[in-house]
Amino acid sequence: MTTNDVIYGINGPVVTVRNTRSFSMMEMVYVGESRLVGEIIGINDNLTTIQVYEETTGLKPGDPVYGTGAPMNVLLGPGIIDNIFDGIERPLKAIEKTSGSFISRGAAVSALDLDKQWNVTINVTVGDELNEGMIYATCPETAIIEHRFIVPPGINGKVTSVKPSGKYKLMDTIVTLEDNNGKKYDLTLCQKWPIRTARPCKNRLPATVPLITGQRVIDTMFPVSKGGTAAIPGGFGTGKTMTQHQLAKWCDADIIVYVGCGERGNEMSQVLDEFSELIDPKSGRPMTDRTVLIANTSNMPVAAREASIYTGLTLAEYYRDMGYHVAIMADSTSRWAEALREISGRLEEMPAEEGFPAYLPSRLSEFYERAGRVDALCGSEGSVTIIGAVSPQGSDFSEPVTQNTKRFTRCFWALDKSLAYARHYPAINWMNSYSEYFTDLDPWFRENLGDDFIKYRNRITTILHEESSLMEIVKLIGSDVLPDDQKLVIETAKAIRVGFLQQNAFHADDTFVPLEKQKLMMKAILHLYNKAKTIIAAAIPISSIMELGLFEKLAKMKYDIPNNKPEMFDDLISDIDTALAALTS
Amino acid sequence: MILDYVGVKEINGSLIVLDNVDNASFEEMVDIRLDDGTYRHGRIVQIEGKRIVVQVFEGTKSISLDNTRTRLKAHPMELSLSPEIMGRVFSGAGRPIDGLGEVYPEKKANVNGTPMNPVSRVYPRNYINTGISTIDTLMTLIRGQKLPIFSGSGMKHNELAVQIVRQAKIADEGGDNKFGIVFAAMGVKNDVADYFRRSFDESGVLSRVVMFLNLANDPIIERILTPKCALTAAEYLAFECNMHVLVIMTDMTSYAEALREFSSSKGEIPGRKGFPGYLYSDLAALYERAGMIKGSSGSVTQIPILTMPNDDITHPVPDLTGYITEGQIVLDRQLEGSGLYPPVSVLPSLSRLMKDGIGEGYTRADHQPLANQLFASYARVQDARSLASVIGEEELSPVDKKYMEFGKLFEQYFVNQGYHENRTIEQSLDLGWKLLSTLPRTELDRVDDALLDKYYIEDKENLNFNTFSTETEDNKSSDDDV
Repeated sequence: MTTNDVIYGINGPVVTVRNTRSFSMMEMVYVGESRLVGEIIGINDNLTTIQVYEETTGLKPGDPVYGTGAPMNVLLGPGIIDNIFDGIERPLKAIEKTSGSFISRGAAVSALDLDKQWNVTINVTVGDELNEGMIYATCPETAIIEHRFIVPPGINGKVTSVKPSGKYKLMDTIVTLEDNNGKKYDLTLCQKWPIRTARPCKNRLPATVPLITGQRVIDTMFPVSKGGTAAIPGGFGTGKTMTQHQLAKWCDADIIVYVGCGERGNEMSQVLDEFSELIDPKSGRPMTDRTVLIANTSNMPVAAREASIYTGLTLAEYYRDMGYHVAIMADSTSRWAEALREISGRLEEMPAEEGFPAYLPSRLSEFYERAGRVDALCGSEGSVTIIGAVSPQGSDFSEPVTQNTKRFTRCFWALDKSLAYARHYPAINWMNSYSEYFTDLDPWFRENLGDDFIKYRNRITTILHEESSLMEIVKLIGSDVLPDDQKLVIETAKAIRVGFLQQNAFHADDTFVPLEKQKLMMKAILHLYNKAKTIIAAAIPISSIMELGLFEKLAKMKYDIPNNKPEMFDDLISDIDTALAALTS
Repeated sequence: MILDYVGVKEINGSLIVLDNVDNASFEEMVDIRLDDGTYRHGRIVQIEGKRIVVQVFEGTKSISLDNTRTRLKAHPMELSLSPEIMGRVFSGAGRPIDGLGEVYPEKKANVNGTPMNPVSRVYPRNYINTGISTIDTLMTLIRGQKLPIFSGSGMKHNELAVQIVRQAKIADEGGDNKFGIVFAAMGVKNDVADYFRRSFDESGVLSRVVMFLNLANDPIIERILTPKCALTAAEYLAFECNMHVLVIMTDMTSYAEALREFSSSKGEIPGRKGFPGYLYSDLAALYERAGMIKGSSGSVTQIPILTMPNDDITHPVPDLTGYITEGQIVLDRQLEGSGLYPPVSVLPSLSRLMKDGIGEGYTRADHQPLANQLFASYARVQDARSLASVIGEEELSPVDKKYMEFGKLFEQYFVNQGYHENRTIEQSLDLGWKLLSTLPRTELDRVDDALLDKYYIEDKENLNFNTFSTETEDNKSSDDDV
């Protein structure tokens, strides 16, 4: 490969080339003799600016810059699942084999294994009309995920030749198409797609199906829909990553894309460790069989951190187009925003709020808008749900990233420092958080869990709000002076907080709780509340109810009653009844 | 052909600009010879065609536009490494300053390091017994972790760091791997550096310490290089010599301020509180160099110390540090003021790696539930205290009074311990249960009944805490003698 374009200036990850007309905006380029990956981010008639995704130490003015003629793209095909990539889709396991424990620069390794034989079943014949997005072949990718080969968007035509089903490598042509103009297309086992462009779909569907996570505070109080967007803001140590891990493990999506964007290396190795040991209860296979990891840890080059979010999203959309429900965990979007700021600073752009570039809101909205439940081009339904962690500077939710994220996501799970200090996990604050999906999802809950579920939820929310206003008084004068019915509200709210909202991720049963059990737990708490209320109205002091130990029982029911024995709640409720009946008799 | 470039075009703070330079590469080292025969060292930080910007480590004092000759060294900043660096003292830029001559290099390594492949990392699971109750029980230090101490001026963070080093060393003696300490001082006073040196000497580890000293009056550019050099040495000792290396870096706030000073002299756009926008990436590039890798039995564990300006935990340096490191140990001025040592503020302190390095097979099966309960109960103490400050302690409910009592005992006997007191993990855990037993059993909702049956002490008469404070008592009596 030859080129006339050479480096002129270098400043950190930003490299400039002078007097050239050979590049286009967002084109992917290789910089220097060691061919570092870069992207064109600015062009004027004098200077072309490149952001380089690797360390620029040792580059010289005069080193060559090679264009690729295409925007920054990723390779899509079988072998993505159960893999771990860096921010620009370089496979870290393969890089480990070639360059050892530390990542050297210019590591040129194909994103997917080119030599692996896939067992492909082809389901088209000569003469078939194929349109964009249609499935022409399948192969088992992992034990639980079937990879469906889809015609790349923009290609339509008649099948002119087909290979028999059998073993093929990634680059083998298995189907040939010819379109109306006589143009031929070779369909292989893979395709490329630019990461900053959303993949097309037939049409978007409303957000009427919840993403079930097994986390009580989320499913019951602040549910997110399949194809929805949610933000988890929280200062350090409040459990953003733990919450993301829990969702990645237990949510009912088919495929999880976990993007570690500017986070800790040890966290990624923990995910690798844990997910390969953890067995998915639905499929009986390790979690890694449905997970893709994108790891751009905080010490990897900052420009690739900016790209990692889009890389993850493009992989997610690719599986959505096969008709899968995909959930993408982005941990953390603040690091991505900071990478934008850092690059923007190097380009000497005019800063807006807190040094962030003025285009921060539009980038964030573009990103979250790529979520959605859709009719995919292949005809089945798929979705991409985005769950983004936000790490606000100084734990201050008024900073630009949190505020702008709030505008573009419909679920807001605010993590709270004081809850985290008391080791109340998940530390989602029930007063500050919200979900806008209630109205969209309520029909689903009504249909699948009955009207009671929503009734219970609303009652629980009211009790928590009542408690919060009562606590204002308690803080000033102590709880002793409250009348008994208000004391009951406080005790019930405590049972809700400890017994229901707080969930133990390390407990075999409590780590994932089915919706049916969530409903029965609420039922038990409200049953005791209502009964106790009538008893107190009959002038029996609350202290005698407290002595029965019923509230302690509620606090421990999450451990005492296994997930698969909902009938035990009937016993619990009759226990409550007998205990209280003894008081009134 | 080696060329000398005579003179400079521009001087600004610690930066000099040279024109018409051929063949310069980014981050290349340069030597600058002044007309009086002295040498300065520098590094290329920006290139624009033939114009280069050089950062001068020793500062630009007495450099004029034409009294210098600059030579490009054709390699990036490197550190000479060999097992003989143990026991040596270096400047912040990695040059020996103990008068024992140059290190004969077995290997030269780029101080910037390269990022560890996340796939090659070994997830840290082995806990380090520090012998300090609060740390071992509630924020366990794990080998390969980065656990900073958030402190403030005038608090006993140095003492705590030294105690950790001294006692952690003892726990390691059974292992096959050697133990090493890398100490990086950035902008600290000579007294502080000397205190560390003396303490290492007293505990007999001085021959296992590599020191990188950049004192308060040394050039700030060297301060920026200090942690990079220290970590390069640590990585070498850990991953090539298979040692367990504990890196102590103090004070990260001075480091960040040096970075800010350098950034503003480069004319960069400032971010929060004037710190450069890349402060997060820069700190991460340091902290992320802790860990363990496959194929090597060594480890790098970091204990960075930082002083929070005005004790403000939301200041950019502690804030960003907390987002990168795997937890933090926060010291509290109020505890310090009431004479408790170590003044560890339990609630905001945390160890993220703790959950996988404790429990059955590591410490004891009841460790995690006990820790959860202690955190939850101590958080309740804060509520009771704030209520008491409004309505008076007398008016509290009986349960809240119990909590007040628990809080007092917890701080007096659990948080507080002697500077030379080394508690085993069993002692610390048992003490935790004893303290919890002062609360009514129904209040303990984070532990299940089986554990309570085993550890909860119903017989309140037996709750005698004095046995645990023998050493503090001794210290007191010896003070009286003086």
